[in-house]
Amino acid sequence: MADSARPALELRGITKKFGSVVANDRVDFDVYPGEVHALLGENGAGKSTLMSVLYGLYRPTDGEIMVDGQQVEIDSPARAIALGIGMVHQHFMLVPVMTVAENLVLGNEPTQAGGVLDLDAARTRVNELSARYGLAVDPDATIEDVTVGTQQRVEILRALYRGARILVTAQEVEDLMAVLGRLKEDGTGIVFISHKLGEVLLVADRITVLRRGKKIDTVRRAGATEQSLARLVVGRDVLLSVEKTPGHPDRASEPMLDVEDLHVRDDRDLEAVNGASLSVMGGEIVAIAGVDGNGQQELVEAITGLRTPTEGRITVAGEDVTGKGVNAATDAGVAHIPEDRQRRGLVLPFTLAENLALREYRRPYFSKGGWWRVRHIRERAFKLLGEYDVRGGDCDTFASALSGGNQQKVAIAREISCDPKLLVAHQPTRGLDVGAIEFVHRRLIEERDKGRGILLVSLEYDEVRALADRILVIYEGAIVGEFAPDASEEELGIAMTGGQKAPEATPA
Amino acid sequence: MSTLEEEEQERDEVAGANEGAAAALTTPARLGAYMRRGTVTVPILTTLIAFIAGGFVVLLTGHNPFSTYKAIFNGTGLQWLFPWVTGSARSTAAFNLQQTLLATTPLILVGLAVAFAFRAGLFNIGGQGQYTVGGIAAVWIGSSFSSMPAFPHIVLAIAGAALAGAAWAGIAGALKATLGVNEVISTIMLNWIAIWGGVWLFGLGGPLQDPHQSSVPTSSPVAASAKLPVFWGNASLQGLDIGLFIALGAAVVFWVLLNRTRFGFEVRAVGLNPDAASYAGISVARSYFRVMAICGAFAGIAAAMDILGWKFSLFTNDIQFSTVGFIGIAVALLGRNSAVGVVFAALLFGALETGTSDRYLDPSVFDPNLASNLTWMIQGLIVLLVSTDVIALKVLSSGRGIRVLFKGRAKREEASA
Repeated sequence: MADSARPALELRGITKKFGSVVANDRVDFDVYPGEVHALLGENGAGKSTLMSVLYGLYRPTDGEIMVDGQQVEIDSPARAIALGIGMVHQHFMLVPVMTVAENLVLGNEPTQAGGVLDLDAARTRVNELSARYGLAVDPDATIEDVTVGTQQRVEILRALYRGARILVTAQEVEDLMAVLGRLKEDGTGIVFISHKLGEVLLVADRITVLRRGKKIDTVRRAGATEQSLARLVVGRDVLLSVEKTPGHPDRASEPMLDVEDLHVRDDRDLEAVNGASLSVMGGEIVAIAGVDGNGQQELVEAITGLRTPTEGRITVAGEDVTGKGVNAATDAGVAHIPEDRQRRGLVLPFTLAENLALREYRRPYFSKGGWWRVRHIRERAFKLLGEYDVRGGDCDTFASALSGGNQQKVAIAREISCDPKLLVAHQPTRGLDVGAIEFVHRRLIEERDKGRGILLVSLEYDEVRALADRILVIYEGAIVGEFAPDASEEELGIAMTGGQKAPEATPA
Repeated sequence: MSTLEEEEQERDEVAGANEGAAAALTTPARLGAYMRRGTVTVPILTTLIAFIAGGFVVLLTGHNPFSTYKAIFNGTGLQWLFPWVTGSARSTAAFNLQQTLLATTPLILVGLAVAFAFRAGLFNIGGQGQYTVGGIAAVWIGSSFSSMPAFPHIVLAIAGAALAGAAWAGIAGALKATLGVNEVISTIMLNWIAIWGGVWLFGLGGPLQDPHQSSVPTSSPVAASAKLPVFWGNASLQGLDIGLFIALGAAVVFWVLLNRTRFGFEVRAVGLNPDAASYAGISVARSYFRVMAICGAFAGIAAAMDILGWKFSLFTNDIQFSTVGFIGIAVALLGRNSAVGVVFAALLFGALETGTSDRYLDPSVFDPNLASNLTWMIQGLIVLLVSTDVIALKVLSSGRGIRVLFKGRAKREEASA
């Protein structure tokens, strides 16, 4: 079936630009009836943009889309649905207070005479579909009462109910596995979006790898291995060469950070960090490497006091800060360069002086007896902006007016200037250009050499290798291995995708 | 701009969900942020357009819009400011202006009550309820303790009204902080509880009804010792009391609190980016509660100014038909949630109210009954335009044409262009 003559869907030379950013650069992609074609790539590689183009959420800057050999214009999701393209959303698009049957028919409701909703017909359709695909669901159950797994099934059924012949899904592979056989038999083409190598190898017939908006290659599953895919996904064309001398971890003193058997739950109340233990000495950079979504966010949030762990202990330079909140962490000497500077790191409509005060504004230098010390705050900002070479503004400039690199410099200046013992840098170069990346890297090494402990959490393979004195690999919320900075891509890649459990971390 | 933004967008769009950086803000927070970006030009334009549209309506009713507006202006007493107005015209103008400023006083305070919430990213629809409970407290304290000396009595009554308002709004703040109850809904519900609670208290047979007039649904009158001193005009003819200065003082407090205190910094951070605020160690929930309580205090003081300044008692009718708290929303919006803006917007609405009141408008020029409707209409138009100019700001600021329109914009904004 996978070799039918004509692809059910074909994307040709799709280019999508957002201003000067090219999210998709002449990407070709096709799916044959009855085939599973995986779209593999890191976050930000352009997978989602491509699928948004396909689903009519974005208009491509260039390129064409063919369905069954006919060129089509997809200008809205409604059009995509009409063309038989079904999207199974990663985040549920279900109405929690409605029943399964109601959700299924939402937007395309069967009606009786006079426009009255025909719920019996809806129920019948649910039963038909669930019998046909072997997905058991109770049509009368309310969505908020059913499990996440059932909700996923409803999402798939909804796409099928709408007559999807091409199914785009980013769901967990287990849910897909259940229906896969039947879908393939029916000749449904499936686009499976993932960044997990193992899952892709499990279900895909062909695999297309995207990196930085470009299609790198399309390979058949036969012959592909986790290593070969990891190489394609991570790539190695950008070489960052920061001069780095080996760190001199201060093993005599207490570690700057000591995490013991940490358990943290995420917003959906699922265990995201699952018994992680690690420590960071003064004068060393410890990198946490891993595929996104393996608990990095929650680990960082727990260490910096933004999230309360359910179990375990976090000690900063000998002081227990477990679950004591951001202020306790700050007082113990934790600084935090957050992953998302625009959402968390900066208040964009604030001036640079105000942003630079955000970490330490409670200290007497900034405010005394509840009063704001405007002059001090501006003086401090003036000094830091010069020291960190922030361009494009002065103390009174709004942070929103700066470029991404300069915004990041502001966030970094603030976090380093509070003289931390432990600096947690979460994706500190995300979205920055090469020059700014170098600045950040150099600065992190300088701070290490001043004796601070640095915990670097990064998805960038190159960054981890360029900066780390030790690399810890996180997988499904636990530290699964410790590597030296010269570890090979293969070694790391395999550990990061859970392919093989490396030997337990040796105590630092 | 940066790939970060793009990635963010990318992830949201495919999920079809609005979880992006901007969407992390509440609607009032975004509204507040946008409104801070324009300059004084926009609200002035807004007001002009509303007046012009109102003029067309006057024209449709067969009247001359220019003479109507002139009559309304004369009714406000603002011509007192012109030195060439003399004689009896001047004393009439003086009286009218006193009335305008009396109406302006509570509007400044309720405007601040709404604006302060906006600055923290909250939408306080409960100004009316907070005003009502403040009035109840003020009239109760003012009509009791009649043996107290004047100064402490006044202070006690104002403090009582502020506390009552703060407690009332604090309920909404606490619900928001602990259970995440939307403050729009809780403040609206609290409005009705306050209003009907007040009607019960002072209604016939109610526990606080004036015992000396058993057939009148009103409170006991405020004792002489709790009345605010009149500094302009005749005290027995509703002259202007010192409440105006208290309101102006509150506007100063508002500005200082926001711009010169640590708490204000926290409030603004929470309003503009709650994620960044909690990252900086600010308790967003606690801020919400405190902010609401302060809003309630402003609204409570507004009521105290009315009760102790010129009303001196609280009729159940007043409680039911007062709209001061709601006009406060328009005041805050037009005043762009800034202290100075609120003062001027309150003056505009206060003047409109007085100028179109049938007491001051010459019926041969324009039917006073129509005139008060004209006030409503202009108020409505302003609110509508203020809301649309937020949209207009957003749309225009994405294009380049706006630079011409908003030349007065701060230079820092230019830098971002």
